[in-house]
Amino acid sequence: MDSLNNYLMVSAVLFSLGLFGVITRRNGVAVLMSVELILNSANINFVAFARFGGMNITGHVYALFIIVLAAAEAAVALAIIINIFNNFNTINIDDVSELKQ
Amino acid sequence: MITGNIITDFCLLILFLPLVAFAINIVFCKRLPRQGDWVSVGAILITLVLSLSLLMNMFMNWDPTFSHETQFTWIDLGAFKIKLGFWVDNITIVMLVVVALISSMTHIFSLEYMKGDIRYNRYYAYLGLFTFSMNGIVLANNLISLYIFWELVGVSSYLLIGHWFEKHSAANAAKKAFLTNRVGDIGFFIGIMLMFTAIGSFNFQEVFVGVSQGLITGTLLTLAGVGLFMGAVGKSSQFPLHIWLPDAMEGPTPVSALMHAATMVAAGVYLTVRLFPLFSPEALTIIAYVGGFTALFAATIAITQNDIKKVLAYSTVSQLGYMILAVGVGNYVAAFFHLLTHAMFKACLFYGSGSVIHAMHHSLHDLNDDDTDPQDMRNMGGFKIKMPITYWTMTIATLAISGVPLFSGFLSKDAILAGSLSFAQHNPQHFLLPLFGFGAAAITAFYMFRLIFMTFHGEAKLPKVFKGIHESPRVMTFPLILLAGLSFFLFYTLPHFNPISDHGWFTELIVAGNSSVPGNPTARAIYEGIHHVHYPAMALSLLVASLGIGLSYLMYIKKKISPDVWASKMGIFYKLSLNKYYFDENYNRFLYQPFLKLSRAVAYVDWDLYDKYFINGFGHVAKFLSRITGRMDYEGLDQTLVDGIGRTAGGFGKQLKQVQTGRLQNYMLFALVGVIVILVIQAI
Amino acid sequence: MADLVFWIIVGITLGSAVMVVTSKNLLYSAYALLFSFLGVTGLYVFLWADFIAVVQVVVYVGGILILIIFGIMLTNKITSVNISHASVQKGGGIFVVLTFVGMLGYMIYKTPWSIVAATEPVETTAVIGRLLMIEYLLPFEVTSLLLLGALIGATTLSRKDS
Repeated sequence: MDSLNNYLMVSAVLFSLGLFGVITRRNGVAVLMSVELILNSANINFVAFARFGGMNITGHVYALFIIVLAAAEAAVALAIIINIFNNFNTINIDDVSELKQ
Repeated sequence: MITGNIITDFCLLILFLPLVAFAINIVFCKRLPRQGDWVSVGAILITLVLSLSLLMNMFMNWDPTFSHETQFTWIDLGAFKIKLGFWVDNITIVMLVVVALISSMTHIFSLEYMKGDIRYNRYYAYLGLFTFSMNGIVLANNLISLYIFWELVGVSSYLLIGHWFEKHSAANAAKKAFLTNRVGDIGFFIGIMLMFTAIGSFNFQEVFVGVSQGLITGTLLTLAGVGLFMGAVGKSSQFPLHIWLPDAMEGPTPVSALMHAATMVAAGVYLTVRLFPLFSPEALTIIAYVGGFTALFAATIAITQNDIKKVLAYSTVSQLGYMILAVGVGNYVAAFFHLLTHAMFKACLFYGSGSVIHAMHHSLHDLNDDDTDPQDMRNMGGFKIKMPITYWTMTIATLAISGVPLFSGFLSKDAILAGSLSFAQHNPQHFLLPLFGFGAAAITAFYMFRLIFMTFHGEAKLPKVFKGIHESPRVMTFPLILLAGLSFFLFYTLPHFNPISDHGWFTELIVAGNSSVPGNPTARAIYEGIHHVHYPAMALSLLVASLGIGLSYLMYIKKKISPDVWASKMGIFYKLSLNKYYFDENYNRFLYQPFLKLSRAVAYVDWDLYDKYFINGFGHVAKFLSRITGRMDYEGLDQTLVDGIGRTAGGFGKQLKQVQTGRLQNYMLFALVGVIVILVIQAI
Repeated sequence: MADLVFWIIVGITLGSAVMVVTSKNLLYSAYALLFSFLGVTGLYVFLWADFIAVVQVVVYVGGILILIIFGIMLTNKITSVNISHASVQKGGGIFVVLTFVGMLGYMIYKTPWSIVAATEPVETTAVIGRLLMIEYLLPFEVTSLLLLGALIGATTLSRKDS
């Protein structure tokens, strides 16, 4: 069933699941994975609108850019995580919190 | 002058001059020269002059029914009115003269007797107070003012008996006198109130009228009469309230002469004479028996006493009994007559004993002897030579009291005894009364002459002391001579000269009135009765008097009969008599001690129970309540409310602090929740 | 038939996503992520986005996922097997998930999308290439700058302090 609503629904659920992961997971890498899910859901949205919504190819272009961004961000994030691991010997984000005294 | 009537003016002056003297003496005492005794003496002499002029007036008018009354309203509450005033009639005038005369004699006698005393001025002040109070009683026309002055006289007696209050015995005697009087006054007041409730007035005349109208009858009237008589029992020292008079001898001798011989104790007799019209037959019988019994009973104590003043004291009690007996049998004129003559010769006897004691004091003082009792007759003897004036005046007075003809006492005693005989004739069941009377007469003669013989005759028991005895100065012997002179018959039988007549100014002017109580024999009937037995009574009294004198003469002059042997033979009776029948001891054991125990028990209840538990209970409750409120305030208010707010804020803070977890994801969660909320609100 | 496949692919995607966020084992999460990406690729295919589908596989699966697995391997003690524990505040998370799903679903179904009828699928690669060079040249260049920055940054961060 190829209706816009379905794709949008899938995107919404995926987004929510990614959000769940972000706020729930304690491991930094797991959080990063959840963020990728969120980005993917946005991508699905764009592409769905490119097909059904009147955005045509523009949608694809945006999706492309998002993918590039995701890659760059994943690289930097992992670099940071590895740094954190070297410093704190753990990537449990609860333990590396220094926001609270 | 002041009021329109000269008699009322005189009465006002007579009444208030001694009071003024009292006030002056009390206030200015030490600053006056000679400590102010001349103020009192002057006042009393003026009073004497005024009273004598009233007497002269009475003689000139020669009106047996003279009666003058003035009054003013003191309290007026509509339904309740008290009027005060004077009632002057012949009895009043005679009594005023008696009081003024004896009082002035006392003032003069005390000039020498009390010389150098430590409270000289206060003594004279109190004498003035006493004279004022006594005159108040005499002049009273209603029961309330009579009661007021009655109490005042009691107060003066207390003050004067306790004049030397450093001596324990004197202070106790003063207390005893006042308290015993008070006991009698309770009955007195009850009687007054019974009368008032029934009749509605305190005034004598209105009361008499009320009684004759039958407003109060039967048992109630007898009760009221007995109640009023109780006052006389207390004041005149009758049985059973006689205990204070012998102890009152602790006071100075002139005081004893004035109060406890002539005037204050006579106030009781005066009262019964005044109130005679309202005694019912039953009350009169009771009065007669009380009087008669006291007369005999006191006489039996007097025979064994060794203190010269105690003998005289019991003699006074006995003579007062005579007077009361006379009132009881209805012959109150005789009672009043005896009051008059008794005042004269008893005062003379007391002054005489005062003179003797004074001489003994000086002699012992010169010898530096403090142990010998100056009042004990066993230390005297043979004073006849050293103190002639005292001796002769006392002998005259003793002859008078013994009822020897040619003397005043004979007339009055005879009248009383005749009255009792006549009463017994009409009511044979009361045969005891004349028995009491004649028996007492015999015993009186005996012990009075015993006194004379022991003191003035025979040999001196203490020769060293005897050497220092001397006659008293003129200031002291003058009253003696005067009063002894008044003990002769002549002054009472004027204008007749018959020594054994029963007519004279006295009986002419002082006429018995009828009793207001219906059913009492009229004055006429009483008078008739006495007239019949006059001569038998006279013969009998002569007989008993000579019996007494003869026995005394045998015992103490001729020494034919030894008093010591008789004393041991009589054994138990002697002991009883010497110890006044142990009255004081028994009163103490059966009255005073239980009452003290009761008051101790009551005090315990009040102090240890009531105060400690009940009153302190309030304190404990208050403490407890304050503790609770304190706790409420501290813990409830302060801790819970005030601090609570702080604690709540702190709690909130601590809770809210937990939001700051420092965990990023938490913050993100909150942010998302916020986003949701915003979106929801937007949607809605 | 197509519908069934569609739903199967949706199922794979969503199921794997659930595995990603709830698995206690980090490697399991990574492999689930792989399947999720593949599922998304399938969805792209259904949406006639051929170029994007391939890019998805190449970049995401071939690049990012490999990076992630490297990261996992480098940052966890090898000795312990049980690498990460699950999660905290699951309650709040579930609430957020459900709410978001609800809200978004509500919004999706209520909004009257203007639907353009589907035309035949065309090859998108050439079109995307031309658009990148003509209309979207600036974003393209900026993106390359971004990549440069990321490259430098990552390198700098990973350098050991000497």
